[in-house]
Amino acid sequence: MKPASFDYYAPNTIEEVLDLKHQHGDDAKFLAGGQSLVPAMNFRIVQPSALIDLNRVNELSFIKEDKNVIRVGAMARERHLEFDSSIKKYTPLLHEAVPFIAHPQIRNRGTIGGSIVNADPAAELPVLMIALNARLKAKNKNAERWIDAKDFFAGMFTTALKPDEVLVEIELPFAEKNTGWSFMEVAPRSGDYAMMGVATLVTLDKNKKCKFAKLVYLNAGDGPVDAIEASQSLIGETINDKLIESVASHASEKEINPFGNIHASIDFQRHLAKVLTQKTLKQALERVSK
Amino acid sequence: MKQVTITVNGTEYTKEVEPRLLLSDFLRHELGLTGTHVGCEHGVCGACTIMFDSESARSCLTFAVQADGHEITTVEGLAPDKDNLHPLQQAFWEAHGLQCGYCTPGILMSMIPFLKQNPNPTEDEIRHALSGNLCRCTGYQHIVDAVKLASEKMK
Repeated sequence: MKPASFDYYAPNTIEEVLDLKHQHGDDAKFLAGGQSLVPAMNFRIVQPSALIDLNRVNELSFIKEDKNVIRVGAMARERHLEFDSSIKKYTPLLHEAVPFIAHPQIRNRGTIGGSIVNADPAAELPVLMIALNARLKAKNKNAERWIDAKDFFAGMFTTALKPDEVLVEIELPFAEKNTGWSFMEVAPRSGDYAMMGVATLVTLDKNKKCKFAKLVYLNAGDGPVDAIEASQSLIGETINDKLIESVASHASEKEINPFGNIHASIDFQRHLAKVLTQKTLKQALERVSK
Repeated sequence: MKQVTITVNGTEYTKEVEPRLLLSDFLRHELGLTGTHVGCEHGVCGACTIMFDSESARSCLTFAVQADGHEITTVEGLAPDKDNLHPLQQAFWEAHGLQCGYCTPGILMSMIPFLKQNPNPTEDEIRHALSGNLCRCTGYQHIVDAVKLASEKMK
């Protein structure tokens, strides 16, 4: 199988990357891990005239703690996220979810930035960025800006990035105290695209009442779906099975908008969303540190 | 055309390649190392799995130019010499871990790093680790047995 011809650039610094992107504009695509782009090129679904390979830009592959956040370079491999001790300690939701991304062979190459920018509605990392309230740093030749994850995803495979910008860094706030987490998805086989998945966070106050909650779904619309009404209805409440049932019903029936596919009808996706919402809320509650 | 220098199974090769040449095609057509098989060519089947700097990766989802300056290991690099198999290969032989053999090189190249990280894997862990490699003959049972046997041999 042969992708269409392209010009290939392998810069070593962010400065060179931005110069190249400035010269070539939207005709040039960034090559991060290549685990979604290269298949699309093999099928000739995409035929960029130039590729700017980010794999030699070493300054983009860090994972480090910085006060109360973790900073992750856009080219950090998914496999590194999986085994990073700071991520395990301070963003346990991310630690739990990363092994659901495809297979180790894919995660060894796939990057956090590549998956975020690809903005596949069925992917895990975009959902996690919203659940974790991440901030994303974009750069062009002249400036840089921070974009909140909730403003970053602009629909199917579309983001807020401008044609001359590159995503360089992801800032992940530490999980708040007394926060429970849970990530679950259902796929036909391990490593396949999930038919439905949800990232769930619950924070309780001293009186065990919910003071914060987040429910974000994958493969449930044209991007990550943040069930704001459902999570809002948990706030101030003592969470019990009855409330969980009604929250799960609301999220799965009113807030998500799955399209259905050959593996799962829309009704089945809604059913999965309801079951997963209940399961993840229960698990998150169990995990809230005493 | 770009000039690349890639170390494959310990031997350094310098070649002129088109940027669009996939690493899988580089190994097979430029170097004649046809042990790396090509199945789906979009990262699903796992037949083309190689080791890129000691980590398993799909050679069909990497361009040869990206491997410039890197170390690649293919199935041809496993056996110590012509008369002896690598313990993992020996285990596949003994436990009948293959039928047509098409998926086998990719499975071997996935299991080498897996067994390095998990020297005493459970059956569940083995099955999970195999999920990125499709086999259409065996039903996986003997492959699982072979990996288990290999883990004992490699201790």
